Amino acid sequence: MNALLLTLITKHWYDIRDLSNLSAKIQQLIADAGGPHWLIYVVSGLLGAGGIVAFVGGVAIINIWVERRVVGRMQSRLGPNRAGPFGLLQPVADAIKLMQKEVLQPKTAYGLIFTVAPIMFTVPGIFLMAVLPWGRNMTLANLDVGVLFLLAASSLGALAVFLAGYSSNNKYSLFGSMRVIAMLVSYEIPIVLALLGVVLFAGTMNLGDIVLFQEKYRVLMVLLQPLPFLIYFIAISAELNRTPADIAEAESEIVGGFHTEYSGMKFGLFYAAELINAVVVSGIIATMFLGGWWAYKLDEIVPGWMIYIGKIYTVYFLFVWTRGTLPRFRIDQLLAFAWKWLTPMAIFNIVLVAAEVLVWDETGWSAGFMIPAFVVVNNVFAVATVFAFMRLLMPKFERFPTGLRYYSTIDVPSLPAATPADTARTGVQAV
Amino acid sequence: MINDTGIVVAFWVLAVTTVGCALMVVAVRELIHAVLFLALSFVGVAGIYIVLSADFVAVVQVLIYAGAVAVLMTFAVMLTPAADRRNSETGFWLPAAVLAGLVLVVIVFVAYDTSWNLSGRAAFPATAASLGEAFLKPYVVPFEVASVLLMTAMVGAIVLTKEEEGDDA
Repeated sequence: MNALLLTLITKHWYDIRDLSNLSAKIQQLIADAGGPHWLIYVVSGLLGAGGIVAFVGGVAIINIWVERRVVGRMQSRLGPNRAGPFGLLQPVADAIKLMQKEVLQPKTAYGLIFTVAPIMFTVPGIFLMAVLPWGRNMTLANLDVGVLFLLAASSLGALAVFLAGYSSNNKYSLFGSMRVIAMLVSYEIPIVLALLGVVLFAGTMNLGDIVLFQEKYRVLMVLLQPLPFLIYFIAISAELNRTPADIAEAESEIVGGFHTEYSGMKFGLFYAAELINAVVVSGIIATMFLGGWWAYKLDEIVPGWMIYIGKIYTVYFLFVWTRGTLPRFRIDQLLAFAWKWLTPMAIFNIVLVAAEVLVWDETGWSAGFMIPAFVVVNNVFAVATVFAFMRLLMPKFERFPTGLRYYSTIDVPSLPAATPADTARTGVQAV
Repeated sequence: MINDTGIVVAFWVLAVTTVGCALMVVAVRELIHAVLFLALSFVGVAGIYIVLSADFVAVVQVLIYAGAVAVLMTFAVMLTPAADRRNSETGFWLPAAVLAGLVLVVIVFVAYDTSWNLSGRAAFPATAASLGEAFLKPYVVPFEVASVLLMTAMVGAIVLTKEEEGDDA
């Protein structure tokens, strides 16, 4: 079997398991034809960028269907089923509808920023895909500071949301922007600290090397670092303005938040950019926590990038699952959650991970013993931390009523304007 | 290596972008446009860091300047009254332009007069690791002092904006 596998791993240009062979062949053709050095560089960059843009275009189309149909089925309703078999042509219908709508711009809006804000929201999401490793040799930009690049581009997207709301010259858009900028800024800290745990273990900020770390020790980072996975998942769904944290565009509350005044394809760009950002973030989670293109020797038969796309859509299904199930949080609940729960948990996790890495470096025991030990310790720590925070921070609530309860024995925190006459009431209250 | 076509083109594009955006900051009429041009000039400076192979500094520049300082300035612009929100013209632009021009002449003269020798030091292996080692071995005291300073600023901001506790029932 091994000999058969060895003959399967080739370096031919038609071997689609590693698309870098094709790119190398094209570069060699140009070099043989006497092209200058910068032309080879530009052509290879354009090839990678073309592939990424093709994937992004496909994502924007497929995800519209996934969001509406899958969320519909989760909520016990059908979802779109008229526009084609199983509603598969619904994205086409949506795109045509958005394209033929009139793009209105309020007269008192700041014109240039109003137009630029959707573009500024889309572009960081797309060029974040440049650092994601699609295969062993298939990264468009193998940056040594890949993780930091992810964080920098996310913060640019936050600025675009704020500008969209501000430039609309509309009270409700401004409310949406103000609510979202506080949330985005406060959720950046758990994101950084959660990714810092992974970076500490892998010893590098290079995304390709993080996948290679998981391949070398044959362990998925989600087993080694369950608490950062949880923290990152929750915090990034708040950064993406997805339910349960979508107060920025809460359709039932503030008419649409920062994209109230946008219509036509500008709104379509916001909508598509949100889906693209969700897939990019799923790609980040799949790389750093789920092993990227590596899957326990499966990537020698199946192309690595197909495994990677499968993992991306698995994580995206988790995002859609939480969207279809959970209700929306209030802004003060969200901010309290970020500052009082996620940030301390992430800091405790950093302390533990730093101690573990130090122990590993100092003692130099073999990885075959240390990695399972770390898996056990980290999982126990994750469960213990979550339960400790729940016990300490959550207000007490009564799960199952145990019979009749007198009204005067219910502990109600008094409001500032409460008078004694309001609370002195007797009677039997069946709870 | 630094004279390759690609690097020279990249540097000139980035330099023109940065300086042009910096000039537009003082020249546009709306304050919010000025803030955006400033954010774009920050990104241009990050590009110049990349031309110099300082990848970590470039990404941190985008993260902190364009991602946090620009947001802060947008906040500040938003909280000013609408009447003051114009990059108003005053009569002082002529002396300011003369002064800026003189500073530019001095800097250009010094840049041309210096003999830029190569330092003979080996290239940095990786900037992130080198910076980390520098922060924790020789420069650990300034690093910790800077963190204490940041914490003091945060505590001060919270104290300044805290409302007075009313005497509620």
